[in-house]
Amino acid sequence: MDEETLERIIIKAIKRAASTVPPDVKFALSQALRRETNDIARMQLEAVIENIRLAEEKKLPVCQDTGILYFYVRLPQLADAELIRKTILNATIKATYEIPLRPNAVDSVTGENSGNNVGVNVPWIEFEPSGGDCVEITVFLKGGGADNVSALESLPAGEGLGGIKRSVIKAVMKAGGGPCPPVVLGVGVGGGAYIAMKLAKRALMRPISERNSDPRIAQLENEILEDVNRTGIGPMGLGGETTAIGVNVEVAHRHPASYPLVVLFNCYAVRRVKVKVFPDGKCQFE
Amino acid sequence: MSRVLKTPLVEEDVRSLHVGDVVFLSGVVVTARDAAHRRMIEHIQSGKPIPVNLRGGVIYHCGPIIRRLDDGRMEVISAGPTTSSRMDIFEPFIISRLGARMIIGKGGMGGSTIDAMKRYGAVYAAFPGGAGVLAASKIKRVVGVEWMELGMPEALWILEVESFGPLVIAIDSSGKSLYARGSR
Repeated sequence: MDEETLERIIIKAIKRAASTVPPDVKFALSQALRRETNDIARMQLEAVIENIRLAEEKKLPVCQDTGILYFYVRLPQLADAELIRKTILNATIKATYEIPLRPNAVDSVTGENSGNNVGVNVPWIEFEPSGGDCVEITVFLKGGGADNVSALESLPAGEGLGGIKRSVIKAVMKAGGGPCPPVVLGVGVGGGAYIAMKLAKRALMRPISERNSDPRIAQLENEILEDVNRTGIGPMGLGGETTAIGVNVEVAHRHPASYPLVVLFNCYAVRRVKVKVFPDGKCQFE
Repeated sequence: MSRVLKTPLVEEDVRSLHVGDVVFLSGVVVTARDAAHRRMIEHIQSGKPIPVNLRGGVIYHCGPIIRRLDDGRMEVISAGPTTSSRMDIFEPFIISRLGARMIIGKGGMGGSTIDAMKRYGAVYAAFPGGAGVLAASKIKRVVGVEWMELGMPEALWILEVESFGPLVIAIDSSGKSLYARGSR
């Protein structure tokens, strides 16, 4: 596969991520509208659904905050990671002008905007080895409003699952309308703080229509979702019964002394796209 | 109740708005985020003019995506609201000194901004968060841009809007707030 072909595929993936919302999320939004009885909440959900329709029709970014770009690459043994990294950066620069994306990479010291979404350590790229022969790339665009209310907490180890539920609700209450509810929550539990953060991000990658394969964790996901929707925060924080449309939890075994919890928020505009690129340059979007 | 408002806004009209009202706005809005707010205040404090007139005006918390076309015109691609609470440290000053009558954003604002709204006669209107293309479809044209050196998201974009909404009056000039139901 040549660099140019790969670059076009990555640009296409970024464009698809920016201008569409995954089917599981669209379905959840339409279900929420059917249930919601609060007039203002219904108006927000209708606007959100209409906006997604317009964005997909015009192929333009759903939200003006096209976020920080994350790339998760599953790499077969023979693939050239350095070439892929370089191609991702070039594709990001071109995508910024072509789609267009909002330039969101700001120097943390001077405040200067790089203008092309590339800067020190952004886009964020992670590689993971894989079997098979295709390169699998997940593009994830993460907006600032939802990211700003992320929570990391070290719970007393003795509190157990009840402590987790209480802390997630506390984080949701504190976030209020900031993260553009209805939100999707990615919750990471266990390991250490770093592991919990990675797990929470991984949780956000899972479609909200799928529950954790461990039935105990799946039940926890359902219970947290119900609790979150009882807070009354509602769409955009204006009141209502729809504060979250999905809660995904991932866990790791923990240190005996530690019970780390991470809550990552995603706005309703979940922008993730997965594409498989085969050695002959053909690609398949999921 | 749903009604159409035109800029510039007058105090009497703004004071007649109540939380839960739905309005659509026609006229001119000026985008401003963290960096633009900070610079406006620095300019006022050092006696320098600022390049926009906000008397009776509307500030939109928004960092839009704008495309420059080959003929020099500018096209609004996506322009939904940004989180307003970040501007709480600046907004009372802007309302009191520059006379803005409406702040459009998302997520709500805090105590000192609400106090300024009560005192000077201003409201906070929520546009549906993330609805960037919907918002862009209600923006007729880019009238101008100032402080572009702050970067595209942070510049002051002067935008002509038509029936911009739905805007929910989420904080009114009597200090009532819809957000009190949730966390605030």
